[in-house]
Amino acid sequence: MRENAMSDTIVPGRWARFRDSYLLYSFKRDLVAQVSLVLFAMLIFAAVFAPWLAPANPYDLAQIDIMASELPPFWIDGADPQYLMGTDAQGRDLLSTILYGLRVSLIIGFGAVLMQAAIGVSFGLMAGYLGGRVDAFLMRLADIQLSFSTLMVAIIVGALVKAIFGGATFSEYAVPLLVLIIGLAEWPQYARTVRASVLAERSKEYVDAARVMGLKSRRIMFRHILPNTLSPIFVISTVQVANAIISEAALSFLGLGMPETHPSLGSLIKSGFDYIQSGSWWITLIPGAVLVILVLVINLLGDWLRDVLNPRLYKG
Amino acid sequence: MALLEVNNLDVRFALRGGDVRALRDVCFSLDRGERLGIVGESGAGKSVAAFSLLNLIAKPGYIAGGSITFDGEELSGMKDRGLRRIRGNRISMIFQDPMMTLNPVLSIGEQMVECLKAHRRISTREARAISLHKLNQVQIPSPETRLDQYPHELSGGMRQRVIIAIALLLDPDIIIADEPTTALDVTIQAEIMDLLLELCEKHNVGLVLITHDLGVVSQVTQRMLVMYAGRVIEQGPTREIINDPQHPYTQGLINALPQMATPGSRLNQIPGSMPSLSNLPSGCAFHPRCGFVNDANGEPRKACLDKVPGFVDSGNCRVACHMVAELVNQQQRDSREEIL
Amino acid sequence: MTAAVSQHDPKASAALAGHRENDTAAPLMEIRNLYKRFSLSGDFLEQLKFKGGKLVREQEHVHAINGIDIDIRRGEALCVVGESGCGKSTVARTVMGLLSPSQGEIHYDGQRVDHLSAKELLPYRRRMQMIFQNPYASLNPRMTIQQTLEEPIRLHHPDWSKERVRDQVRDVMDSVGIDPDWGSRFGHEFSGGQRQRIAIARALAVDPEFIVADEPISALDVSIQAQVLNLMMEAQQKRNLTYLFITHDLAVVEHFGTRVAVMYLGMVCEIAPTGTLFAKPRHPYTQALLSAIPRLEDDRPQHIRLQGEVPTPVNLPSGCVFHGRCPHANERCRQEVPALIDVEDGARVACHGVEEGRL
Repeated sequence: MRENAMSDTIVPGRWARFRDSYLLYSFKRDLVAQVSLVLFAMLIFAAVFAPWLAPANPYDLAQIDIMASELPPFWIDGADPQYLMGTDAQGRDLLSTILYGLRVSLIIGFGAVLMQAAIGVSFGLMAGYLGGRVDAFLMRLADIQLSFSTLMVAIIVGALVKAIFGGATFSEYAVPLLVLIIGLAEWPQYARTVRASVLAERSKEYVDAARVMGLKSRRIMFRHILPNTLSPIFVISTVQVANAIISEAALSFLGLGMPETHPSLGSLIKSGFDYIQSGSWWITLIPGAVLVILVLVINLLGDWLRDVLNPRLYKG
Repeated sequence: MALLEVNNLDVRFALRGGDVRALRDVCFSLDRGERLGIVGESGAGKSVAAFSLLNLIAKPGYIAGGSITFDGEELSGMKDRGLRRIRGNRISMIFQDPMMTLNPVLSIGEQMVECLKAHRRISTREARAISLHKLNQVQIPSPETRLDQYPHELSGGMRQRVIIAIALLLDPDIIIADEPTTALDVTIQAEIMDLLLELCEKHNVGLVLITHDLGVVSQVTQRMLVMYAGRVIEQGPTREIINDPQHPYTQGLINALPQMATPGSRLNQIPGSMPSLSNLPSGCAFHPRCGFVNDANGEPRKACLDKVPGFVDSGNCRVACHMVAELVNQQQRDSREEIL
Repeated sequence: MTAAVSQHDPKASAALAGHRENDTAAPLMEIRNLYKRFSLSGDFLEQLKFKGGKLVREQEHVHAINGIDIDIRRGEALCVVGESGCGKSTVARTVMGLLSPSQGEIHYDGQRVDHLSAKELLPYRRRMQMIFQNPYASLNPRMTIQQTLEEPIRLHHPDWSKERVRDQVRDVMDSVGIDPDWGSRFGHEFSGGQRQRIAIARALAVDPEFIVADEPISALDVSIQAQVLNLMMEAQQKRNLTYLFITHDLAVVEHFGTRVAVMYLGMVCEIAPTGTLFAKPRHPYTQALLSAIPRLEDDRPQHIRLQGEVPTPVNLPSGCVFHGRCPHANERCRQEVPALIDVEDGARVACHGVEEGRL
């Protein structure tokens, strides 16, 4: 009676499953993805270990020598070998400032995306699964939110906070504030994506089976439907991290983001922008290049992930 | 010489684990006006066989060997240009899902006219007249209005009739029908099958009918092939196979039908399921599920486990089975002894 | 004995059910005058339309079920057959509470269940389970077989120990012919037939008494269909199950069913014991349906050809829903909806022609 079609009863472990997976297979064949992942890992590593990697602490005013301002990077005449990438207008070591700035940018990027995902995924799940009025209300809310551009919301909120609490308070709470602003502005992206996949999943029979069993809506939503919508969430997350980093950079560039004493990549670019005319191009261009590479590799990884996770391409 | 002849057809799919052989050593022929059924369960390779006839298998699939001869021409290595002359014109196809063939943004008439003009130098007016005639042949009510309708305005049965009309449009020699009625209801299925049969007989069109439904095959076709795991395991006149199947798999397939058992009793099931093509059992691919794998001594026959069975002639049928081969040899020996 | 109850009109049988003297005589499930409509018109704003310069609210409905009365008796396998769009799946889903009826009542074991809240329904959920059509969609792809099977047991027996739950899972996997050691695998690692076995195991895991099976074998290959049907019949004998079996395959019905209900456009046109129905189909639609089964034996079958196709359930025909395709329809058929009437051998037919003795 029992079927023996599956001859081996040894159950592959997680690692073996991963080793045989399409994910790894396609990664091994995709040079762009490999290079992107290596670069991304390096940038993350640099950001996480910035306090140990950086030759100087740019937040420590005692280490800053105003006399050493606007020194060029090492390959240009007049460079000081102590400052590999040169210094900025205040005499901070540019390499250290970039490392610390990268850290700030990534914290805000990931923080904002976590926030977006938390709001967007739960709203999307509710809208898709419960349907009806809940759906209509949440999706209209998303439409309204989307009709304001991120920058506009951020500028208004930022300006209000600055005006009410003053610049000093703003500087102090700049990171959580930026996470909040960017997180609130972009949740509809998640909500819409999740809702669409929930609608597709909800019509599948395993959801009916769970309902017939008598499970509560909440358990069906989180235990059954959510895990099956993770693929699009992953894909959209990569794009959103890149977007959030760019948004933060843009806000900082406009002076509504991180203060110059505590710079992110964006505010570093901004601080150097005033000196580009005077020939100190490196203060803007080197952090700019880092930002471009960071966003590019995240997007390339996201593209690859989207291709891999697209079920039509391999499930047949 | 037969109109269509397939010899040792070998189709593979280049997958990341290496080549998977979807078809091996497939041989069959079709005479003018003959109706042939290809029967098998999903994964047996019957659709691949149909698609490869017109070189329509999509990448990563490719024809790795063998020959397909149609009216004296070799199709397997032919360039797309030559194939286009034959596709739709001399050999046409009917798919399971009508929407695969019908373009949703063109009206029925536009599609039929386009198809005609692609193969013949005729005016639109003439093409329309031919289209109308064909729609009449498939007994569509008020064909004039149908010409200007779009596929989504028709019901499932009506769409399949339009597909048959399109398949007949250029008076082909052969129609390949891949599960043409599976998506339809029983009553509609019966009508469509009747219609197809009637038209094939009337116009002397050959039919290759791919299906999993033994009932349909037995009613429509004259000869049939049974496929299992990429191979043909039995072929011969349909009636003979249905009434007296030789291969244990064919026997199992027929005996598993609910109508073969007394109501309420246990059905005669075949244990296990079809192996995946990438991981075929050694020897005869059916041996792990076969009830006749043991010889007279109760031991598994060595040949079944080690050697892929070749075809033996048994009556009018050809069967690829070691057990049947043994029986046939035995009979031959017996009859020789009798003569002596 | 059971025949006495359901052969009468609904009122009489409801009255009988009211004062049940003999428990076995009462049907396990009673479907009373059930209607189900689906709105096609979207939400309120989309229903507003301009007509003749006036703003009116317009709603269009699909009439999936149009007043059916069915009793399901203990221990039987009631098959519901019909072509696509006849409402047979809707019946299954409504009975299981996946859809709520637009009108009518559903009684389970004497208790009305269609208006219960999710919490009140929970004890019934354990007693009635469902098997679905598509084995590729009915298992959660992110859950292992063990998790899939443990979930219903844990929900309905929260007091059971871990070991007891695990034993129950092993037992039920064993009983459907799946190696219990495969529990940590995921659904996609199994073939279609094995998945359907697992889906059956999930339904059996909580020891139900009533199972609704919605086309459980139509997505499977012939040789696998036989395996699954055998499994379901075995389970029925061992566990004394009652089935509501939805299918379009009449050959399966003939083999599996105790009684058959033939549906057309949301109505039951004939309901009879299987032997009676196949030996002597009375309704013209049943006759056409039976003649259309492709059989192995005969070479050239004589199908009863029906005119036209099934009308859409959006605008129902007047009178008998079948009159447009019926070769025997007359004026009365076009005007008056036929009711199910008792004929001999325990069969009930909804046809004016049969009632008048024309057919």
